[in-house]
Amino acid sequence: MKYSPHTSKDKEQMLEAIGAASEEELFSAIPSDLRLGKVDLPDGISEMELKRSVMEMAGDNYSTNKLISFLGGGAYEHYIPQAVESIISRGEFLTAYTPYQAEASQGTLQSIYEYQSLICELTGMDVANASMYDGASSLAEAALLAVRDTGRKQVVYPASLHPEYKQVLKTYMEGIKVEFIEIPHAAGIYDTEVLERQISDGTACVIAQNPNFFGCIEDCSAIGQICHSKGAIFIACVNPLSLGLLSSPGEYGADIAVGEGQPLGIPLSYGGPYLGFFAVKEKYMRKIPGRVVGMTRDSEGKPGFVLTLQAREQHIRREKATSNICSNEGLMALAATVYLSLIGKKGLKEIARQNLLKSHYLAVQISKLGGFEPVFNTPFFNEFVVKCGRDPEKIISDLLKHGIIGGLPLGRFYPDMRNCMSICVTETKSRADLDKFVEVLGKH
Amino acid sequence: MEKLIFETGSEGRNGCSLPKLDVPDAAESSFIPGNLLRRKEALLPEVSELDCIRHFTRLSRLNYSVDTNFYPLGSCTMKYNPRINEKIASLPQFSALHPYQPESSVQGMLKLLYDTEQMLCRICGMDAFTLQPAAGAHGELTGMLIARAYHVSKGDPRKKVLIPDSAHGTNPASAALCGYEVVTVKSGPDGRIDIGALKDAAGQDVAVMMLTNPNTLGLFEKDIKKIADIIHGSGALLYLDGANMNALAGVSRPGDMGFDICHVNLHKTFSTPHGGGGPGSGPVGVKAALADYLPAPRIKIKRNKFTLDSDCKKSIGKVKAFYGNIGVVIKAYCYIRSLGGEGLRDAAFEAVLNANYLKAKLRGNYTPAFDGEPCMHEFVLTGKDKKPMGVRTLDIAKRLLDYGYYAPTIYFPLIVEEAIMIEPTETESKQTLDAFADVMIKITGEAASDPSLVTSAPHTTPVRRLDEVAAARELNLRWKKTGA
Repeated sequence: MKYSPHTSKDKEQMLEAIGAASEEELFSAIPSDLRLGKVDLPDGISEMELKRSVMEMAGDNYSTNKLISFLGGGAYEHYIPQAVESIISRGEFLTAYTPYQAEASQGTLQSIYEYQSLICELTGMDVANASMYDGASSLAEAALLAVRDTGRKQVVYPASLHPEYKQVLKTYMEGIKVEFIEIPHAAGIYDTEVLERQISDGTACVIAQNPNFFGCIEDCSAIGQICHSKGAIFIACVNPLSLGLLSSPGEYGADIAVGEGQPLGIPLSYGGPYLGFFAVKEKYMRKIPGRVVGMTRDSEGKPGFVLTLQAREQHIRREKATSNICSNEGLMALAATVYLSLIGKKGLKEIARQNLLKSHYLAVQISKLGGFEPVFNTPFFNEFVVKCGRDPEKIISDLLKHGIIGGLPLGRFYPDMRNCMSICVTETKSRADLDKFVEVLGKH
Repeated sequence: MEKLIFETGSEGRNGCSLPKLDVPDAAESSFIPGNLLRRKEALLPEVSELDCIRHFTRLSRLNYSVDTNFYPLGSCTMKYNPRINEKIASLPQFSALHPYQPESSVQGMLKLLYDTEQMLCRICGMDAFTLQPAAGAHGELTGMLIARAYHVSKGDPRKKVLIPDSAHGTNPASAALCGYEVVTVKSGPDGRIDIGALKDAAGQDVAVMMLTNPNTLGLFEKDIKKIADIIHGSGALLYLDGANMNALAGVSRPGDMGFDICHVNLHKTFSTPHGGGGPGSGPVGVKAALADYLPAPRIKIKRNKFTLDSDCKKSIGKVKAFYGNIGVVIKAYCYIRSLGGEGLRDAAFEAVLNANYLKAKLRGNYTPAFDGEPCMHEFVLTGKDKKPMGVRTLDIAKRLLDYGYYAPTIYFPLIVEEAIMIEPTETESKQTLDAFADVMIKITGEAASDPSLVTSAPHTTPVRRLDEVAAARELNLRWKKTGA
């Protein structure tokens, strides 16, 4: 299959207009010993053959559509209304570039402005950017902002922070010498006594994840107060759907709110593309990474939208930019915008409530089984940790035979939790699904 | 302007429905203490599904896109995005896979990712690839971290990164993010690396040189092997910013040129759509000696099964949660399979043919910044000779919008005054290029006869020229409820 339209006659005419004898001549700047004879790849195939070949590979996957999945851990299965896909697959959105020419990009620009507004509403913050790669990199950029802004070199995070987020945080900060302090958890949440002892005038930021990796709900207000008592920046990494019920970062005084936007209408897609959101209090507005859209007027006084605050960005400031980010996750931000518009004020709360009620129903049923007990007696949203009588990795592989993905074994992240797994329940599970899970689990 | 979604709809309206709650109901406060619950409601829109569809459909129609308009945006490779690739990436067998599913349930997925890495190795002449970086700049950061880890392991952490003055802004920003000091290398009079200046800059404290090839002027660095020798001779590594790989895929391999690390942009060379700003994907390839530093996990084959290997002791760690922008990778995989080796080479040929044809058509009316030899997949004009008429490059760009064309990249690269950077890509036909050239030439006529027509453009777009200065001065970055 080829997608270029040229006929041999077109090519002849074009070469003649150029004044070149052959296409080869156009490549004369490449030394001949660097020119490939043949690429070591199979021949191209037709659309029909491609489809057939890929369907074969797809058949070796068992998706969450076919299986009943209780996996969470930073990627969540939520129902995505059809209208989301219908909008984001429109070529006018899908095949546009970053909106450099504002007058020809008002659709993208206005939808980003609406996205920024929605993220501000959800998080209770003042200003949001146009998106980051994902929750983890968004958190890393927040910590970088804090280190830059405070001139301090200590980053404090909890043991209950998503383990992959910890890794990304450390990777991103490799180039600037930073000291990391991990605060242990007490009953699944921040041990605030240890936090108080460990935090100092050298602390740039304190990070809290809410709900945290164990699913537990943190007392962010208390963490924030301890953080601010030392003049450090308080970074809240939150699940956006949980904000239908849980106190918002703005309410508990966070300075920066970041998180993974995937729960807002974005497919699981084996881990990406997802959506990092990034929002701050107004005083940090000029220090944030990434694109920002603002409303302005045209030469006739009509309202319109442009990229703004660009003096922070890499294409202007180069090595002095606030971040190196250029392409972000624009289309995923659009998906979140359409999703939040569809579910609306009422839907957000209702979805959050169903997550809460269904996960608590399951937790109660599982705790009635012998051999499984809840690990933390702490409030949770849609995810909780249970201790199993035997190796959870084995339980998971047994359950798979019954069409169930049972949860996430935690031993791979926390060696002292080898017998534990986290279980996530969203609105996508019916009571029948939950009862089936309990029944099968009871036999293992 | 289309009304904001917040100003559409009506209180109590909503655009989705949930199954009826089938587990016991209870007040949320019976599970969560009141002080942890939300007090102030988020003011989300209240619209019906039709309100919502109509709003976003209308917004979409205000955009120019590859599907609707020629988009000659230099260094962005706005080629056609094949629809079958979209369809395949959205199959539930891929799009509904959870990243923590047992490996036995995702063997097809892992095979596709493994095969993509292998194909990219062959296209680039590299020994190992990671698919984890989410965009080009993210790939650059990954590459810089790999270089740092390599030098640190040798007990020789170096301080500087050399970057040509024609480079994308992300290069210096990525190097700085990794803690390096950026040293700018001036281009020579022919628009290429000045070997003398490079020799002066190279030295024991240089960790990496970042290079774009073909460079942002659309010129292949002829002396690439000499450059590689100088860089390697000083103990540094050579990094390729692969943004311009569309000129090279199937024709010449960065690995053979002496590059140790490279990133490719799947959303440019390999046809995945740009989505109005992403998602992209910026896989990074390395030579064998650097493979151990790649982000974890790596996809391996063990006992005939694909597996994710997280036991990577020398790895730089992770640059993103999970494994990368997989949905984007799937589309690029489909593209490479569809074209095959020869098809990729033909695409590069035709991309270069299109750029040279357009340059030839425009030469009489616009001044190429560098001429006298064929360009690669893109070329740069300078608009400085239009300045005496009172018309600037920005005005020409805006006037193009009136004729239904997106504008080229402008004011970049920084070393060309009033730069106009044009990349037509291979998927545009001769007719499209002819029509575009006619309009470009017509605009030079307008600049001479009626400059105010050009300087006041655009005239036919949904809004007239927007005031960016006012936007930055009186910031309005979000909707707020009136009176709130």
